[in-house]
Amino acid sequence: MNQLLKLSDFSVSFTTPRGDLHAVRGVDLSVAKGESIGIVGESGSGKTVLSRATMGLMPSTATCTGSVEFNGAPLSDLSHAEVRNYWGTGMAMIFQDPLTSLNPVRRIGSQLMEGLIVRLGMSKDQARARSVELLERVRIPDPYAAMKKYPGELSGGMRQRIVIAIAIACTPELLFADEPTTALDVTVQAQVLELLAELRQEFNMTMILVTHDLGVVAGQTDRVVVMYAGEIVEAAVTKDLFANMKMPYTEALMKSIPRLDQASGQRLRVITGRLPDPTTPEPGCSFAPRCEYATDKCRAEKPPLVTMQNGHQYRCFFPIGGSL
Amino acid sequence: MAGSGKLHLRLDSDPLLVVQDLVVQYKVNRKSFVSAVAGISFDVLRGETLAIVGESGCGKSTLGKAIMQLPRPQGGTVVLDGVDITALDGNDLRDVRPKVQMIFQDAISSLDPRLQVKNIIDEPLKVWKKGTAAERSIKVDNLLNSVGLDPVVVRDRRPYEFSGGQCQRISIARAIALDPVLLVCDEPVSALDVSIQAQILNLLQDMKEKLGLTLIFISHDLAVVKAVSTRVLVMYLGKICEVATPDDLYAHPAHHYSRALIAAVPIPDPEVGVDKIRVTGEPPSPVNPPSGCRFRTRCESASQRCAAEEPQLQEVGLGHFVACHHPVTN
Amino acid sequence: MKKLRPILLRLSQVCLVLIGATFLVSVLIRQLPGDVAVLINPAASLAERAALRQELGLDRNYFSAYWMWLSQMLQGDFGFFIFGGKVLPVLKTAIPPTLQLIFYTQIVALTIAIPLGITSAYKQGTRFDRTISTTLFSISSIPNFGIGLILSLLIGVKIGILPPSGYRPISEGLIQHFRLMVLPVMTLAIAPISTYTRLLRAEMIAALREDYVLLAMSKGLSDRRILLRHVLRPSCTTLMTSAALSMGGLIGGALVIEIIFVIPGMGTQLAKAIGTREFMAIQTYVAFIALFYVTFNSVVDILIGVVDPRTRNRRA
Ligand SMILES: Nc1ncnc2c1ncn2[C@@H]1O[C@H](COP(=O)(O)OP(=O)(O)OP(=O)(O)O)[C@@H](O)[C@H]1O
Ligand SMILES: Nc1ncnc2c1ncn2[C@@H]1O[C@H](COP(=O)(O)OP(=O)(O)O)[C@@H](O)[C@H]1O
Ligand code: SF4
Ligand code: SF4
Ligand SMILES: [Mg+2]
Ligand SMILES: [Mg+2]
Repeated sequence: MNQLLKLSDFSVSFTTPRGDLHAVRGVDLSVAKGESIGIVGESGSGKTVLSRATMGLMPSTATCTGSVEFNGAPLSDLSHAEVRNYWGTGMAMIFQDPLTSLNPVRRIGSQLMEGLIVRLGMSKDQARARSVELLERVRIPDPYAAMKKYPGELSGGMRQRIVIAIAIACTPELLFADEPTTALDVTVQAQVLELLAELRQEFNMTMILVTHDLGVVAGQTDRVVVMYAGEIVEAAVTKDLFANMKMPYTEALMKSIPRLDQASGQRLRVITGRLPDPTTPEPGCSFAPRCEYATDKCRAEKPPLVTMQNGHQYRCFFPIGGSL
Repeated sequence: MAGSGKLHLRLDSDPLLVVQDLVVQYKVNRKSFVSAVAGISFDVLRGETLAIVGESGCGKSTLGKAIMQLPRPQGGTVVLDGVDITALDGNDLRDVRPKVQMIFQDAISSLDPRLQVKNIIDEPLKVWKKGTAAERSIKVDNLLNSVGLDPVVVRDRRPYEFSGGQCQRISIARAIALDPVLLVCDEPVSALDVSIQAQILNLLQDMKEKLGLTLIFISHDLAVVKAVSTRVLVMYLGKICEVATPDDLYAHPAHHYSRALIAAVPIPDPEVGVDKIRVTGEPPSPVNPPSGCRFRTRCESASQRCAAEEPQLQEVGLGHFVACHHPVTN
Repeated sequence: MKKLRPILLRLSQVCLVLIGATFLVSVLIRQLPGDVAVLINPAASLAERAALRQELGLDRNYFSAYWMWLSQMLQGDFGFFIFGGKVLPVLKTAIPPTLQLIFYTQIVALTIAIPLGITSAYKQGTRFDRTISTTLFSISSIPNFGIGLILSLLIGVKIGILPPSGYRPISEGLIQHFRLMVLPVMTLAIAPISTYTRLLRAEMIAALREDYVLLAMSKGLSDRRILLRHVLRPSCTTLMTSAALSMGGLIGGALVIEIIFVIPGMGTQLAKAIGTREFMAIQTYVAFIALFYVTFNSVVDILIGVVDPRTRNRRA
C-alpha cells in the first residue's frame, strides 16, 4: 500500500491559564494515497486541532509531540519555513465557515491568483487564466465577474466553492476538509459534497473529511475514524463501521441523530452529559461517565486500542457484539 | 395579491393561530424592496408542532418574527386565539405579546452577556409584574430546574460561561417564563452538536407536553423536522410549496422542490444509495422573483404554464396540499 | 450622478459642521469679559463707543452678528485687527507652518507605528513586544509640552545638534526648514505613535486569529506576505479612523507646541489674538482650524471606503 500520511503517537497540547489542555492524545493514523478518510466526533473532540496540527498550522501556545510523515518526509522534524513548502502544493485545507475563511477586503481574484503566482511561479496572466478555469470547475456562474468581487458580495455556498477552488489551485496531494458543509444548508451541502467527490477523482486527491455528521461520512468516505476527547476510539472501513459498531460511543452518537428513514414523532436517544474537561483527563475510559455499559474497571483503567483481524479498531473493554 | 391559496386552512377546527395573506417586505434601497414573505397563509391547531422548512434566505425567520409583529407585516392578518393582532397597537399589542415567545438559533448572542442567568429569566417576570421579588426568585429556580439546569450552580453566572446547549436551555427557560401559548423556535438546534441537539429537542418536546404549548419549529434540517413535527410547511422564496404531515411528505413529496430537499439529506448508512435528484444552483434573488411559479428556474418539470400562472394549493391526499401545476406522481 | 451623491452628501455635512462650529465660537467670544470698544479707545465718548460697536457688529444679536461675519468671509473679507491691519496676510503666513507641523507629524507617526505595530503583533508575547509596549506606555503618559521642553533643552540647547526653536519656510532653504521641524514633530508624534502602535498591534493580533489568515497560510505564503497583504489591510481601517480622530488632539497639541518652539503658526497667532481680544481674528482662525479638521476627516473616510469594501456596500 502506498502511504501518503502517517501519524505516530501524535499528541497536541495547549498551554492555558488553567493548565495543560490535551486536545489530541496519542493518535496513530496512516492514510493511503487516493483514500478518503472521515474523522467524526462531537465538537471539542479534537478533530480540528488534529487536522491543523498535522499540517503544522498551530499557534505558538501549542506543543506537538510524536511524528508526522508526509510522503516519507518527517514533517515533525522540519522547520516552519520548510514545512511551508508543503502547504498549498502538498497539503491544503478547507475551513468550516465560508463566511470567515476569505479575506473580506481583498478581491476573490487576487486571493485565488496569489497561491498560483507565489507557489507555482505563474505569471499574472497565466494565474488569471487558471483562476477562471478553477472557478468554472467549481461551478461559479460568470467567473470573470466573480474574480472582481469581494467575498461580502457572494452567498455562503458560493464562498465555500471559492475556498475549495483556492485549496485545489495548486493540486495538492492531500486535502483536509474541516467541516466543509456544516455552515451550509442541505441543498448546498449536497452540491458541495458532490463537487468534492468529483474533484477528488479528477485530481486523484487524498481527502481527510472532518465532520460531526455521520450522514456525510457514510456517503463520502472509504474509512472512518471516530474521535472522543482527543483520542481515536474507533476506526474501520466505512461499511464495516456502520454494520458492526464496536464502540458504545459511536453507537450512542448514531442513535442520537434524527433520521429520515425513521417514523416521525419518535423520542431521540440522548448521550447525557458532556465531553470531559480536556485539562484533567479521566483515569479510566474517557467515555465512562457517559457510557451506559460502564463498569468499575472502565473507570479505573484505560482501555487500549484493540485491532481486529479485519483492521477494525476500537478502544473499549466491553465492545458491542463482544470482542472478536 | 395572488396568494398561493388557502385550501389547506382548517378554520372549522378552531386553530390557535391563523395567518392569512401575510406579506413582509424589506427595503433594499430607495426604489426597490424584497418581499421576504410574499402572501403566505397557514394555521396552527392547538397542541400542534408546525415545522417551516426551506433553504437559507427563503423567509423562514422573517415569517416567524412577523407572527410576533416584529417588524409589522406590510399586509395580511395574524389571528391568535380569535384576536387579530395585526389590528392591535400600543398597549393592546403589548398585552398579547407574552402569549407568543421566540427562541433563536444563536442562543449565546441572544442572551444579554452582562446579565446573570437569574436576571435574564427574571426580566420578563419583572416587566410583567408577576409576583414579588421572592416569588419570582422561586419561579426562576423552578424554571431552571424544569429545563434541566441546577439553579444553585447557574443562577449567578453569565451566558458566556455556558456552552451553546446550556444557553439554549436558558433561552427556553426565559421563553416559557410568561406561560406563552405559542413558542416560535427559529433553528433552535442548528448551531448545536448532534448529541446536544437530541437533548434540546427532547426538552422542547417535554415542555410542550407539560405546558400544553403549541410550537412553530423553523429549521432547514429535514431529519430534525421529521422527528419533532406534526405538520410541515415547505417554503421557497417567500411562498408556500407544500403542506403535509411529515410521514406523507417524506414518503410522497408532491412538490419538485420538496423532493429535491429530501433527496439532499445525507443518510447515515453507506448501504443506502444516494438519491440523484438535485436542485442545481442557488435560489434567484428575491428582489426580482421569477414570474408564475417561483421555483421554475430550477425545476426540471417546468412548463410554459409554470411561467405564466402562479400555482395554487391543491389537495393531493388527505391533509396533503401542494402548489404545483405538475405535481410529482409516485 | 449616482457616484456623486455620497460626495454631495458629505460636502453638505462638512458645511453644516463648519457653520455649527464657527457659530458656537462667535457666541462664546462675545462672552469674553471686557468691552472691546473700551479696549480700543479708552478715552472714547459714549457716542463714539456706540459707533464703534455698530461698526464691529457688537450691537446685533448673535445670529445677525454671525451672519455679518459669515457673509464677509464668503466674500473673501477675513476681517481686520482691531488694533490695525487685515487678518488675511497674517493668516497666509500662519497656515503653512501649522499644516506642515501636523502633516509631518502624521507621516512620522504612521511610518514609525506601522512597522512597530506589525512586528509587535507578529512577535506577540516576546521580550521585544513587551519592551515596546512598556516604553510606549511610559512615554505617552508624559504630556507633550513636557516632552517638548525636555527635547528642546536637551537636544537643542545642551547637545546642540539641532536648533532648539524657530521656523524657516521651505522657500528659505529646505534643510534648515526640516532641521527646525525635527524637534517639534518628534514631540508631537510621540502620543500618536503610541496610540497607533497599540491599536494596530491589537487589531492585527485579532486578525491573525481569523480563518482567512489560516487559509492564506495554508496556501504556503511567506509570513511577510501574509502580514502585509492579508492582515495589515483589514486592520488599517481602525488605524485610519484613529488617525482621523486624533486630528483634533494633534491640532490642539500643535497650537501649544508652536508656542514652545516659537513657530509663527496658527497657534502662536491664536494665542496672541486671544490675549488682545481680537475677536474677529479669533473667529477666522477657529474657522480655518475647524476646516482642517473636517477636511482631513472626510478624506480619511473616503480612503477607508477605498481600502475596505466592507464599509462600502453593506448587503443584507
Ligand atoms: N433586515 C433585513 N433587511 C433587508 N432584507 C432582509 C432583512 N432580513 C432578511 N432579509 C431578506 O429577506 C429574505 C428572507 O430572510 P430570512 O432571514 O427570513 O430567511 P431564512 O429563511 O430565515 O434564512 P436562514 O435559513 O438563513 O435563517 C432574504 O432574502 C434576506 O436577505
Ligand atoms: N488555540 C487553542 N488554544 C487552547 N485550546 C484550544 C485551541 N484550539 C482548540 N483548543 C481546545 O482543543 C480541544 C479540541 O478542539 P477542536 O479540535 O477544535 O475540536 P473539534 O474540531 O473536534 O470541534 C477543545 O477542548 C478546544 O477547546
Ligand atoms: S470501556 Fe467501558 S466505559 Fe469505555 S466505552 Fe467501553 S464500556 Fe463504555
Ligand atoms: S409549478 Fe411548474 S415549475 Fe413550479 S414546481 Fe411545479 S412543475 Fe416545477
Ligand atoms: Mg472543529
Ligand atoms: Mg433564519
